[in-house]
Amino acid sequence: MVNEIISKTTLLDYLQEVKDPEIPTISVVDLGIIEDVKIEAGNKVCIEMIPTFSGCPAIRFMQLEIINCLKKHGFTEVEVKVAYEKPWSSERITERGRKQLLEFGLSPPPRIKGEIEEKDLEQAICPKCLSQNTVIKNPFGPTLCRAIHYCYNCHETFEQFKPL
Amino acid sequence: MQNLEALKNLLYRLADDFLIMGHRDSEWIGLGPILEEDIAFASMAQDKVGYSLSFYTLLHELGEADPDTIAFKREAIHFKCAQFVEMPIQDYAFSLIRHFFFDYAADTRIQALKNSSYDKLRDLANKISRELKYHCMHAKTMVTQIAKGNEDGNSRLQEAVNTAFPMALSLFEPTEFCEELAQAGICPTEASLQKEWLQRITPLLIEASLSLPQVPEPNPYYGGRKGYHTDYLDELIQEMTAVIRLEPEAVW
Ligand SMILES: [Zn+2]
Repeated sequence: MVNEIISKTTLLDYLQEVKDPEIPTISVVDLGIIEDVKIEAGNKVCIEMIPTFSGCPAIRFMQLEIINCLKKHGFTEVEVKVAYEKPWSSERITERGRKQLLEFGLSPPPRIKGEIEEKDLEQAICPKCLSQNTVIKNPFGPTLCRAIHYCYNCHETFEQFKPL
Repeated sequence: MQNLEALKNLLYRLADDFLIMGHRDSEWIGLGPILEEDIAFASMAQDKVGYSLSFYTLLHELGEADPDTIAFKREAIHFKCAQFVEMPIQDYAFSLIRHFFFDYAADTRIQALKNSSYDKLRDLANKISRELKYHCMHAKTMVTQIAKGNEDGNSRLQEAVNTAFPMALSLFEPTEFCEELAQAGICPTEASLQKEWLQRITPLLIEASLSLPQVPEPNPYYGGRKGYHTDYLDELIQEMTAVIRLEPEAVW
């Protein structure tokens, strides 16, 4: 067999199969947690990933899922490093990722320019009616990355993927 | 590497504060006055234990034992946390006020570390500071709402402030490395951090009609940074490590 080195694009396509266990519509690629990919000869690959929130319990799971996924696609040696010190930002979520969040019923984070400020944390779009007439109820929702907001238009609470 | 001992001392203080505070926060799971608060404390606990892991990882890179060993196989005397974080959770008023004091103090320090001359600490501070905004926001919102809600809420919080404030000052207990860290541009002195913290929380407390009490000198809660701890820390460590002691070599 010819030992052909595959392209980074193909590898990222493979990684579309690995989803966030807490939000199964979005992949690790669209979540923006894949920082670096190094493909080497001999079917070896080295991936660097960044956790969203520092305490994210899903990071270990996704790390293992990436290894399983790439081994399934024929890589013999897969190394996945977690760069805990690198800041992840919700700006790293792709446009496709933002749509996938909405499909899941989660409000995508507001777009942030520069340093995040307290007023950014209070903004949200209702995932049902897209109204911006909302108020934050609690910055801590059922998982670390989610906040609870209330929509004055639908009179219902909803969850948001927090801006970071 | 220059200033290595001083740097490690700072990292231990940061990591141990977050680990112990995180464990105390997690004790609210199932006990919160309302479900939302239960969840909030659980989330903040998760964040804090996460930060401690990041700092223990940095220490490991500087030659210390691996994070699990540091976190779970040390005696209380080797911990560098402030006595403030060791105290039992008591009632919700105390825990809320401790959360308010602790997170504004942590945020003040982490903001300063964004300019640290030690690049790895700077990177980590950049990451953590974004998340701590949520902790401060939560603390401020709850304190303001409860203190302004009615007289009962206000007087309970005032009582908690009276108890917790002298303890909270132990977060800024001076250490033998203070000056060295400041001169090397790694971390400002404890005195200057404390001053900045007070400048941030004072207007928020005034807004909530709460006032800070007088503090006895010397502060009876000093000592944690040197390894002098309350018995509460020992009890907490026993509890934290109960599972590990059952099966020391278990793989998770
Ligand atoms: Zn709506």
